[in-house]
Amino acid sequence: MVTSVHQLDDGAWVSVNDSREVNVSDLWQLARSDFCGCEQADFLAEGFVEVSAAAGRVEARIAGRCIACGEEGVTDWLELGRADPESGEFRSVVPESVHVPDRRRRLATPE
Amino acid sequence: MPSKVEGWKSEAYGNEVREHILEFAEEGWDAIPEDEHDAWFERFKWWGLYHQRKGQESYFMMRIGTPNGVLEPGQLEVVADVADEYARGPVDNPEFGGAVCDWTTRQSIQLHWIKLEDIPDIWEELEAVGLSTQQACGDSWRNIVGCPVAGKDTEEFIDAWPVAEKLNERFKGNEDHTNLPRKWKVSVTGCSEGCGQGDINDLAFEPAVKEIAGEEVKGFNVRVGGGLARKEPRFARSIDVFCTPDEVGDVAGACSTLFREHGDREDRFNARIKFLVDEWGTEKFRRVLQEEFVDFDLRSAGEDLRDEYTYNAGDGEHGDHVGVHEQPDGNYYVGLSVLVGRMGADDTRELARLADEYGSGEVRITQRQNLIVTDVDSDRLDAFLDEPLLEDYSPDPHPFMRGSIACTGTEYCSLSIVETKNRQVRYARWLKENVEVPAGVEDFHIHLSGCTASCAQPQIADISLRGMKTRKDGEPVEAFDIGLGGGLGENPQFADWVEMRVAADEVPGYVENLLAVYEQRRRDGESFREFIARHEEDDLNGLAEPEETSYEDPYMHNTKMTWYPYADEDDMSASPAPTNGQGEPLPSDD
Repeated sequence: MVTSVHQLDDGAWVSVNDSREVNVSDLWQLARSDFCGCEQADFLAEGFVEVSAAAGRVEARIAGRCIACGEEGVTDWLELGRADPESGEFRSVVPESVHVPDRRRRLATPE
Repeated sequence: MPSKVEGWKSEAYGNEVREHILEFAEEGWDAIPEDEHDAWFERFKWWGLYHQRKGQESYFMMRIGTPNGVLEPGQLEVVADVADEYARGPVDNPEFGGAVCDWTTRQSIQLHWIKLEDIPDIWEELEAVGLSTQQACGDSWRNIVGCPVAGKDTEEFIDAWPVAEKLNERFKGNEDHTNLPRKWKVSVTGCSEGCGQGDINDLAFEPAVKEIAGEEVKGFNVRVGGGLARKEPRFARSIDVFCTPDEVGDVAGACSTLFREHGDREDRFNARIKFLVDEWGTEKFRRVLQEEFVDFDLRSAGEDLRDEYTYNAGDGEHGDHVGVHEQPDGNYYVGLSVLVGRMGADDTRELARLADEYGSGEVRITQRQNLIVTDVDSDRLDAFLDEPLLEDYSPDPHPFMRGSIACTGTEYCSLSIVETKNRQVRYARWLKENVEVPAGVEDFHIHLSGCTASCAQPQIADISLRGMKTRKDGEPVEAFDIGLGGGLGENPQFADWVEMRVAADEVPGYVENLLAVYEQRRRDGESFREFIARHEEDDLNGLAEPEETSYEDPYMHNTKMTWYPYADEDDMSASPAPTNGQGEPLPSDD
């Protein structure tokens, strides 16, 4: 099945196959990112700006702030999790573990 | 390419959604196809229904739009009855109990824990007395706001209430204006004090006078493109247009149609009209309005009254509508302080009884989350003021209780980062008990918003609090960015954000330290806002220190990770939702 993904309620959360899966207010650990000068950004997700899904891999660009240095902005693409291509079941990544944003351009639908 | 929400709206939106809601309610929660949840919940908003956050599936927030905040005789009692019967969740709130009414900063009413199955009965009860949830949320004309004592104010320049009423009648349910690119917030102000807060609305009608055919005519100047959300605050900008009260509807309709045709439907983050005004400028906006959307000559702006505006201007003259005030007819209106705008159903019902006994039965909601009982006979004023209920909802409250506003927060809202209302109650109580009020300060505005959506209007307060996170001893805790010196008046000013990521339990200590600095260093007669304004931004940073005090905060953990922050078993997995019409958990597919 095609993975349906969108952000809703002013970017408050990401829906995967009509199920609320990822919320704002989590802290994400970002490594090797250009987001700020911190070796590892301690990033508060305040709003999902863009979302995309390809081959079950759900990604988003997130607006927020590094709570260590205070830098504000929008991240590059971050993997939020994967949806099973057959059942549609979504498995989220763990925000508190370390993530590496991906600058690659990909098709996305602004909401 | 139009956004996904636009796609859903093009399939069904507006008035027609009501029939679908009634069908779903008849059949129950499971009748909404799982793969259509997001589309339907987006459409439900148009009828004032907002699906509550994760962990509270199948429960809705219901918003009732009351134009200009006016609750006519008999309506408040019905609101109390509806809240009592239908707005009870699985767990009570520890500060407010179960079944509460929230009075909002847009003069509306919000009820929580509404079940889909109960909506037809609720609508029947509300509509029987002329109340409606239509267009209370969604991409359309929202509840029209204004000076809450329009028609009953000694400072009135022109009575804005009939103007707001006509706009409401014309644009609620109007198919031409059903589906706008985004929300459309309108304010009509008739007083000379600026109480309508037009500056922060998409479309504002503000009192003005203009000479027409040799005669001075009272009417309104028009401003567009105000708003506070998403760290992109804007004050509404003049488009150099004056209209008479009879012309307001046509001009408003033309502006709304311009927004419908030219607003951004591809990117919802860029859709509010403030961004179109940014892009076009006011001259182009006026030109397009004239050339494409009206068939009469727009007049140039009249002489406004903005240099008389005192509302929320920081000088203490007219910070709100709390207190006892004489009306032009010799009766009185009594503004009652409702801390964070939340009132239990029993208290709401008692207030409805008092309004009926001592006044005309009318009650009005202010943009500071307070209530006003109007038309109190002068002979009965003292007896009304002696009523026990007014000990809790005082017309003469302590300044910290009086000035506290808070949004919904993580209790129900998907977007909020932090807990808000219960925390603001605790802040206000602690400040009242522990902090000396600087001499002469009767009204001190602290607005607490859980996120950048700014529903508590934090940017126009003496002290602005916006939800954040920080780490304390390595652990993530709820926190706030702190802004200072915002307000309205002749020269409106957004707060400067000066202290970032202050742990929530250190905010009261910061306020205490800040007010001590103000008391020590202020010049003669200098208001807090003036004191802040004469400091450079760099000096404001560090003006006072955040500090732990005797204040205790039970909500420091990540309240968003709970299904309900005040439940004994608050883990998401302990949620009873979704439930059926009796509130019993529905079987899970897992």
